[in-house]
Amino acid sequence: MKITNAVVEKHGLKPNEYSKIKELLGREPNLLELGVFSAMWNEHCSYKSSRIHLKTLPTKGKNVIQGPGENAGVIDIGDDDAIVFKIESHNHPSYIEPFQGAATGVGGILRDVFTMGARPIALLNSIHFGLPKHPKTKSLLNGVVSGIGEYGNCIGIPTVAGETKFNSTYNENILVNAMAVGHAKKDKIFYSKAKGLNKSVVYVGSKTGRDGIHGASMASAEFDKDTENKKPTVQVGDPFTEKLLMEACLELMQGDSIISIQDMGAAGLTSSSVEMASKGELGMEIQLDMVPCCEKNMTPYEIMLSESQERMLIILEDGKDKDAKKIFEKWDLDFVIIGKTTSTNNLTLKFENKIIGEIPIDALATKAPVYDRKWTKTKLPEKKIQIKDLKKIKLEDALLQILSSPNQSNKDWVTNQFDQMVMTDTVQKSGSDAAIIRIHKKEKAIAVTVDSSANYCKAHPYTGGKQIVCENWRNLISVGAKPIAITNCLNFGNPENSKVMGEFAECILGIKEACEFLEYPVVSGNVSLYNGTNKKNIHPTPVIGGVGLISNVYNKMSQYFKKNENIILQIGKNFGQLYQSIFLEEIYSIIDGPPPEINLSNEKNNGLTVLKLINDKLVSSVHDVSSGGLLLALAEMTFKSGYGIKIDKPKNLSNLMEYYFSEDQGRYIVEIEPSNLEKVTKILKENNVFNEIVGTVQKDYFEVTGQLKINTNELYKINNTWYNNF
Amino acid sequence: MNSTVIVFPGSNCDRDIAVALEKLNFSNKMVWHKETDLPRSDLIVVPGGFSYGDYLRAGAIAGKSNIINEVIKHANDGCLILGICNGFQILTETGLLKGALLRNKNLKFLGKDIYVKTINTENQFCNKYKKDEVLKLNIAHNEGNYFTSKDHLKELEDKNLIPFKYCDKNGNINEEYNPNGSINNIAGIFNNKKNILGLMPHPERMVDQIISNNDGVNLFKSLLD
Repeated sequence: MKITNAVVEKHGLKPNEYSKIKELLGREPNLLELGVFSAMWNEHCSYKSSRIHLKTLPTKGKNVIQGPGENAGVIDIGDDDAIVFKIESHNHPSYIEPFQGAATGVGGILRDVFTMGARPIALLNSIHFGLPKHPKTKSLLNGVVSGIGEYGNCIGIPTVAGETKFNSTYNENILVNAMAVGHAKKDKIFYSKAKGLNKSVVYVGSKTGRDGIHGASMASAEFDKDTENKKPTVQVGDPFTEKLLMEACLELMQGDSIISIQDMGAAGLTSSSVEMASKGELGMEIQLDMVPCCEKNMTPYEIMLSESQERMLIILEDGKDKDAKKIFEKWDLDFVIIGKTTSTNNLTLKFENKIIGEIPIDALATKAPVYDRKWTKTKLPEKKIQIKDLKKIKLEDALLQILSSPNQSNKDWVTNQFDQMVMTDTVQKSGSDAAIIRIHKKEKAIAVTVDSSANYCKAHPYTGGKQIVCENWRNLISVGAKPIAITNCLNFGNPENSKVMGEFAECILGIKEACEFLEYPVVSGNVSLYNGTNKKNIHPTPVIGGVGLISNVYNKMSQYFKKNENIILQIGKNFGQLYQSIFLEEIYSIIDGPPPEINLSNEKNNGLTVLKLINDKLVSSVHDVSSGGLLLALAEMTFKSGYGIKIDKPKNLSNLMEYYFSEDQGRYIVEIEPSNLEKVTKILKENNVFNEIVGTVQKDYFEVTGQLKINTNELYKINNTWYNNF
Repeated sequence: MNSTVIVFPGSNCDRDIAVALEKLNFSNKMVWHKETDLPRSDLIVVPGGFSYGDYLRAGAIAGKSNIINEVIKHANDGCLILGICNGFQILTETGLLKGALLRNKNLKFLGKDIYVKTINTENQFCNKYKKDEVLKLNIAHNEGNYFTSKDHLKELEDKNLIPFKYCDKNGNINEEYNPNGSINNIAGIFNNKKNILGLMPHPERMVDQIISNNDGVNLFKSLLD
């Protein structure tokens, strides 16, 4: 087949990129080689637009064992325990085929974690849909939720936390981000770097089919009217096989057979072989006719580019293949030696004893294009609306309207489709600030959460980037965990658009500054660009997944009120900032002005002081104040607790709405026993933490003196209606 | 007491039940589905999960596996058998328990805490519970909607072969608190000899206060007696 301009374009490569390929090869590639280049050089695999910005993120710290660049990040949580985690997007496939797209997103991220020698212990997700009234939203929501559930439920890993959001920006490009967290022994971490010459390269797992061919290229382009025709590029998941693959790999990892191991994710056999060889600065030869296939007459091109799921590539120590094979046979999985490491520094592809493709590894990896794309700054938006000019609304009406809105509604409809308890170490399920998972047979636990704030990031990406790291950090503090590290999933539009590229660059800058200040490094992540349809880009949506450590699980904290007549304290200052708030959006359909300011030093000081109060056992419940502000936070603390609150009108702020719904950052609500008040105020004063008493816990009623009084059961019911009626 | 947990490819509550059994002083062994012999056992547990991916039909392939023939032999000799969730589905596929587990009435996977009422305490599995005691247990299944013939249902009720029924937190048995559509709110059933119990809720998830509660403990303690 002749490589024409049309063929090059169909592979998602630009003319200048094709010229570079010819230059690196010193000749024209054949179709197979072109396919391999296209798989490695697309945005999804090469990070060509994002790389120079990602390099600025802080990735080191005293708890970091492995930062970005491996299958997942690894952190030290003391003793001989390590936590391995990563988040990844599956946006494009999930929009085309929601069930399989979401399911294979979960499968892919789980493989990234157990490839490194960790047994997965928790799954999280961040899913964003268009407006509920958009004709596709309902079926996408149904498909994605059941796809995520199906995979985690079947493989038997609890899905413990997440967020589900609706915004018109995702009407035609939903976001499906999945995070997996695993536990490993510190001295038993496995990496993907190849070592040694003439070592066996082994294919294990499912057979290869024609599913998902060019999936990574599809995920590196915007959608258009032909999107529906892209269904065949979506992979099909089989969680049962993944369960077997996981058990077989973990069993093999008990021994010393493995030199390196890499899962076949995006761009399948191509990216796994190239990454392993590239990291080891070696060549690799693959006999494509040895690859187990489940369809007849698959061509070398199809075999190299298939994204069939549940497959791994392993480089084995000499003489270990018999024992290793026995393990995979026990689990009824394929185990085939398909190649070897070489000294040529080339990827050599053979079929029927002939060399049919040969490409220098560095041309595919280190020499792949890197772009410093043009980007423009986003100015801090002006305030066009005057809050005092807005039509008045009763406090009760505002609260009920927000509580029953799709974005603030109780998400049991979603989480009831997930098995949250399997593995019997889930100490705190979803619905709280963060989920808590005990380390099996130990007293310590980890806390995990995912967060995003697309509206803030759209209004001012730099502030939004900082905010989302802070909110994530705060969520971990609220459950009594010491935040350790994050993973990030960076969902943005088309990087060739300088405004979008600017959103990316400035969100990264914000994330970087917050992570540095909070000593909260980035250990893994994923970039998803070209999220948009017909030139309309989504809001910048960085999603942050955080992991923290609770050294004694019995010291964990929850957000639910515990005792009648306890005192409710607000920690952190309330300035009454309503711009970009849920209140303006839900009540007045106004999205205006700058997002709330971030003061990193207050954030850190407030958070560490709250953590001290928790560790000193001086507080009974803690909840962070985030979207929806003080009143929503208080409402959430009453749910399932059996208690209500009684609070008085604020003394200082004159506008009630500003006081109750402002989204000023760095704030927490804590519940304290009256007998602890003195001690708590002393600690807060010593640490210069602003605080004020807002009221007390009472039975049955949610009450703001002279403003509203609602039975808490009624309030909870209102919070629960939307999903059940959708 | 010697217990044995059968492990199928795709079982995923095998570790959980083993942890619970060991915590409650059972001497437990795990047996892989390709085995053809069982160790000496006073109790055999068929655990939850997705055996063989639940392909064909939940529990159908496991119901024809190597080891299941041994389980059937032991059951017929009077050995105590406990099938939880997928284990219950497998036991109905083998015919050891009658009836079938259909898709949940809302056609969605259900993972949540529910309440059951203890109906029958005069048996080896429930003697440590009080009659009419309400337990908070966890369910996690796609197919938990128990169905059986009219005659068999009558037999179940008449012979008191239903140990647990779904209820609200005050013990009222009604359709609103029937999570999956099970006939007569059935959460678990016995065979005629009451040596085989199949149930959809997971008692092994309720033996540790820090993650849930201790409502499952007495099931295991009853067995030890």
